[in-house]
Amino acid sequence: MNYVCLAYEEEEKLNALSKSDWDGLRNETLSYLEELKQRGYVVAAEALQSVRAATTVRVRHGKVSLTDGPFSETKEQLGGFLIIDARDLNEAIQVASRWPSARLGSIEVRPIEQRLREDSRY
Amino acid sequence: MTETLSEEIREQIETVYRSDSGRILATLIRLLGDFDLAEDALHDAFTTALERWPKEGIPANPRAWLISTGRFRAIDILRRRVRFDASQGAISEQLYSETNDPAPADDESLGDDRLRLMFTCCHPALAPEARIGLTLREVCGLTTEEIARAFLIAPSTLAQRIVRGKAKIRDAGIPYQVPSAAELAERLDTVLQVIYLVFNEGYSASSGGSLTRAELSGEAIRLGRLLLGLLPEPEVMGLLGLMLLQESRRKARTSPNGELVLLDNQDRSLWNREQITEGLALIERAITSGRVGSYTLQAAIAAEHARAPEPAATDWGRIAGLYDVLCRLEPSPVVELNRAVAVAMRDGPQAGLEVIDEILARGDLDGYHLAHSARADLCRRLGRIEEARGSYQRALALTQQEPERKFLQGRLEEMERMKNETGTDSASPLKA
Repeated sequence: MNYVCLAYEEEEKLNALSKSDWDGLRNETLSYLEELKQRGYVVAAEALQSVRAATTVRVRHGKVSLTDGPFSETKEQLGGFLIIDARDLNEAIQVASRWPSARLGSIEVRPIEQRLREDSRY
Repeated sequence: MTETLSEEIREQIETVYRSDSGRILATLIRLLGDFDLAEDALHDAFTTALERWPKEGIPANPRAWLISTGRFRAIDILRRRVRFDASQGAISEQLYSETNDPAPADDESLGDDRLRLMFTCCHPALAPEARIGLTLREVCGLTTEEIARAFLIAPSTLAQRIVRGKAKIRDAGIPYQVPSAAELAERLDTVLQVIYLVFNEGYSASSGGSLTRAELSGEAIRLGRLLLGLLPEPEVMGLLGLMLLQESRRKARTSPNGELVLLDNQDRSLWNREQITEGLALIERAITSGRVGSYTLQAAIAAEHARAPEPAATDWGRIAGLYDVLCRLEPSPVVELNRAVAVAMRDGPQAGLEVIDEILARGDLDGYHLAHSARADLCRRLGRIEEARGSYQRALALTQQEPERKFLQGRLEEMERMKNETGTDSASPLKA
């Protein structure tokens, strides 16, 4: 079963890290990702640029409207995602709980739809 | 003759239902991977037994017969659904091919299924209210209406929580398994938490007219016994011991007119000796395991009270020591408060009051009625009537439970009397 792990963190908190703390976090993340790849878990993994570079797109009454920034202003922002192939939720939680930024922010683990539902979506 | 025979068989089916339906349901959930389908299959299996056992006789292994019948009935249900939804076809065919394997139905694997079910229903990824509802329904076999009545909520609210919980188990892929050794301690914690919450829901509601709520405590003790039988971990012993010791005081805890009776004033001859003996033995076993957790420590504290033939014989030094360990193991303001009360009993009310005021100054327990009533009590014992009155009033404003309200009102009236008495002589400088 595929799960997406959405990594939320406070950009300000990350910016406030010292050079050595940041390097440590970065290296730890890269080596953990490598381990997960070798164990066959990883479907996709990407880090996102800052929400300062985000643009939110909406179409209302046939008109495209754009806003600067993420879709909602929250304390923690989506900073990256990891899509994994895990046996079940327990395994997905184990993978997510070792993701280094979980110690600073939060990881939302969401199952991915196998196929679009025919009945109502949620 | 046939009449009485079929009547006998009907009674036997009822006995099997009472003693084994929980175990059979747990196995069907594992085999079918779907709670609702398993419930339907269980119902169908017993209906089939009622039709066929009077004619064909009771099978050699009724439980295995019911499981295998339930499984086939589930396949029938799925095949009927195929006409409406093609995607179910593969599932029913897969189940059918699995059915051809001899299903292990020995007691050991059935026990494992109930344990799996408990861990699934108490999974930390489920909302806490859903965990309680699912456990009482799927493991204890209570109906949604019974649970809703006991928790004083609308059946529709509870039904919705259970539906959401089942949907999350299915959609998020919460597995039907006992956690690995590495996860066990943490995951066992949420199971114990659910059991203790159920117990407390029944225990704190011991007033008249709430009999159904009191039954929750019995249900929690049954769950504790079941879990202990399947997983004899020290903390399971600790929790069951703790519940038994608390339950042993039930009769003494409220007066005939529904008022709360504090531990000190309880008639200890009303304590249930059988439960105390069983509880003390469990705690002993948990402590000698060498792996002592917070439930075992709480139980050891309760054991000190249970051992004392009268309040004056209580070993408060030992209780305060146990609270010290508990505070280190699981720091929480409520545990600190209880420690303060023990300190007051060991070293006098002034020492206890200092600890409570320190906790209250941090603001952690400002909304907790027991913190204010404990403070009030110590002030009263120190003769600081005005302060005691203020704290009793604060406690009264914060509690909804009727027996506690009555108790606090009684104390407040007592403070008024004491104030008036002392007011006439020493404490009124204006009069001099």
